[in-house]
Amino acid sequence: MSLLHLAIISPFLLAIFIPILYKLFRNIHTGWFVLPLPILLFSYFLSFISITSTHKTITESVPWIPAIGVDFIAKVDGLGLLFALLITGIGSLVVLYSIYYLSKDKEKLNTFYVYLLLFMGAMLGVVLSDNLIVLYTFWEFTSFSSFLLIGYWYDREKSRYGAQKSMLITVLGGLSMLGGIILLYIMTGTFNISEIIAQAAGITENPLFIPALICILLGAFTKSAQFPFHIWLPDAMEAPTPVSAYLHSATMVKAGIYLVARMTPVFASEGLWVWLIAGFGIATLFWGSFNAVRQTDLKAILAFSTISQLGMIMSLLGLGAAALHFDDVKNSFYGAATLAAVFHLFNHATFKGSLFMVVGIVDHETGTRDIRKLGGLMNFMPITFTLAIIGTFSMAGLPPFNGFLSKEMFFTGMIRVLELDIFNFETWGMLFPVIAWIASVFTFIYSMVLVFKTFTGKYQPEKLEKKPHEAPMGMLISPIVLASLVIIIGFFPNILANSILSPALESILPNNNIDVHISFWHGFKPELFMTIGVIALGILLFLTLPKWKRVYDFFPKKLTLNRLYDNGLELIQRASNKLTKTYMNGSIRTYLVYIFAFFIFILATTIAVKNAFIFDTSNISSIGFYEVLLALAIVIGSISILFVNSRMTAIILLGAVGYTVSLFYVLFRAPDLALTQLVIETISVALFLLCFYHLPKKRNEERNRFKLTNAIISIGVGAIVTVIALSAHSNKVFDSISEYYVENTYTEAAGKNMVNVILVDFRGFDTLFEITVLTIAALGIFAMIKLRMGGKKKNENK
Amino acid sequence: MKTNDLILQTTTKVVLFIIILFSFHIFFAGHYTPGGGFVGGLLTSGAIILLMLAFDMKTVSQILPVNYIYMAATGLLFAGGTAAGALFFNVPLLTHAFGHVDLPILGDTALHTATIFDLGVFLVVVGVTMTIIQTIGEDE
Repeated sequence: MSLLHLAIISPFLLAIFIPILYKLFRNIHTGWFVLPLPILLFSYFLSFISITSTHKTITESVPWIPAIGVDFIAKVDGLGLLFALLITGIGSLVVLYSIYYLSKDKEKLNTFYVYLLLFMGAMLGVVLSDNLIVLYTFWEFTSFSSFLLIGYWYDREKSRYGAQKSMLITVLGGLSMLGGIILLYIMTGTFNISEIIAQAAGITENPLFIPALICILLGAFTKSAQFPFHIWLPDAMEAPTPVSAYLHSATMVKAGIYLVARMTPVFASEGLWVWLIAGFGIATLFWGSFNAVRQTDLKAILAFSTISQLGMIMSLLGLGAAALHFDDVKNSFYGAATLAAVFHLFNHATFKGSLFMVVGIVDHETGTRDIRKLGGLMNFMPITFTLAIIGTFSMAGLPPFNGFLSKEMFFTGMIRVLELDIFNFETWGMLFPVIAWIASVFTFIYSMVLVFKTFTGKYQPEKLEKKPHEAPMGMLISPIVLASLVIIIGFFPNILANSILSPALESILPNNNIDVHISFWHGFKPELFMTIGVIALGILLFLTLPKWKRVYDFFPKKLTLNRLYDNGLELIQRASNKLTKTYMNGSIRTYLVYIFAFFIFILATTIAVKNAFIFDTSNISSIGFYEVLLALAIVIGSISILFVNSRMTAIILLGAVGYTVSLFYVLFRAPDLALTQLVIETISVALFLLCFYHLPKKRNEERNRFKLTNAIISIGVGAIVTVIALSAHSNKVFDSISEYYVENTYTEAAGKNMVNVILVDFRGFDTLFEITVLTIAALGIFAMIKLRMGGKKKNENK
Repeated sequence: MKTNDLILQTTTKVVLFIIILFSFHIFFAGHYTPGGGFVGGLLTSGAIILLMLAFDMKTVSQILPVNYIYMAATGLLFAGGTAAGALFFNVPLLTHAFGHVDLPILGDTALHTATIFDLGVFLVVVGVTMTIIQTIGEDE
């Protein structure tokens, strides 16, 4: 266990103590206890920059399940570090922000911070694990904590709906990703990413290569809300705003991007990889930005904007992967797209994080996020307004902010597609710059909507719940830090170049020779004209927005993906309900029929297939008088149970049969068994008598009717058990283990009663779990009966 | 209508102690002669059930105010604790230790950690059986 491992699991460790701290210090906002951890981790990860900037990596390994090659390998390289810094850096800011956003008197802060820490640890685990199984485990943990955080206000129906939706979609992708991981394991024989990458060239011809690729991509696309799986992200906005800023824009949704980047060296040789990622990415970019314009909720605008920006990064990664097919000059030519992806990933986290916080402030101080009610807030919240301007202008790609730089690089990457001559890009590749440009126009429009509809225009106090005023300083610190980053990186992008971007690039495109120098002014190149075109057309369309907004009405409401999801879910639920109802009729007798019929079927088939029935009478002892007598008693007792009408008589007869069986044990000198059987029979008779009270009264005229199915099944069970007993006796496949116990009971376990020594010592593990199961059963019965009665009784007493 | 169960009640008052003593004997002797925690626990539950039959649930729960769920949980703790205790001595889970100790009065006695494990089994069996019977019996 190294310090690095400790850093990854430290959020989990802290999470254990949060509920205690919350109980002990009710007067202190629990967030203050959480805040030091991400700050500490952030500075810890900063210290790695000096290592990764020289293109070295650090690997620490702790065995977890060595038997199947699953070790907890923590690896810090450029890409992992970039994400780790985002997670802990934005994490610190979000925790600070949440302290002012969530009231300590009204909210359940203990659960909130436990979930948030769970997420932080899981996300660090995802980006710093070199083992795919460990990565997957943490991956599902992020889905899980996201589910809990979206449903944080679980008394709201929309929160529950959003939480369920995100869970279903991301877990669907996660499972598919697990399938992809297993396929990769089958091909390479290892779960370690670095070893898989080393073997990448040898597996491209494998028939499992394409299925593995698709499975992994499905995981990445669902997580990163790519079209058509993007529908969960807008509903995830029901989470508290700090959560939206953290999980659903800056970090968790980028896990898919991380996975794609991480797997690029493995899959990039396949044209399908480039096409799928670039294609879905660009489609998402367009669809997200197009839909963002028509939203009226500020957070919904940001959600669609996040979808679209994620699509943009995704498409850049896809196109950049093509660089792996070239050497030297062309490598850096196309690899520029990957550089743009990494750079924009960082920029997006800064401006989108600050925008979410700004929207949170607006929501917090006015009580609404609806742009139809908002307007003219500029005078009330000048600082927030400034922050919003910085964030949105960066998002729209305007100079001098960092968004401008990465947008230019994005255009560069898209234009260079035109010259790409592999994977049929020469035919359809021209669509990329066109769609990219149109989408950027929409991005510009919704950015303007976001800031100007909220902060300028007419102030409508009658529609607001509260009188707006500037947010407290504590709430403003975090967005101010992010907004200053937007500006600083805008002016000095190269402070990131060698420290963060270049090492990250190295992880995605090994052995690249891309020049990571980012410059503001490229000369009068097509990129610049594209940006000018975006601004010009964007302003025009923004001003005429009310006139063309009806375009959105042309889309039929019945054919949306959300409809498909809702109806599909309902259909599945109804179908499975129907299916279950056909055989689960609530009668325990029917269930017993199923169980015993299955029992007969499976055993009879096995015996028939394996030809296992052997009857050998050579090695049996003589049958004495007592044995015959007892056997007769058992047979007579069992048969007479069938013919008695009273339940009481039946139970007593059954008890008599049981006692006779225990006499058999006496006869065969097994006192332990005999004793146990005797007591068990006694107690179960008492138990039966108790249960009688609850059975419906039996009417006298109701006779035990003969039921053929039951007769066949009971005879079948008896026959099968007899056959097995006879065969087991006649056919000794291996020596009995009893000799071992006879020899070792005293020497090894210092006991003389073999049965007891087996129970407590040799097979103590079995016993331990048996008594655990017994306790669970007792608790189950207790809960079933007491809770069912509980509600009624309480009412009666009152 | 109150039935007259004087004979049962009188017998119970005597037999109860015999059964319980016997069950303790069987529990402690289990490592060398027939018996053990499981049978011992069942016998004790049998004794309590007899008490319940002779008198009634309410009286019995007044005589023996035991929370049987806690009892089962305690038993699990004993068994699991003995199993896990081995880990502190750097031996595999569930490794038992034993030795002979000269105790006053009892003389040379074999002491065995397996007995603590078995005590866990005993408590779980009594706890579980009585929980089930008490809940079903009290349910109306």
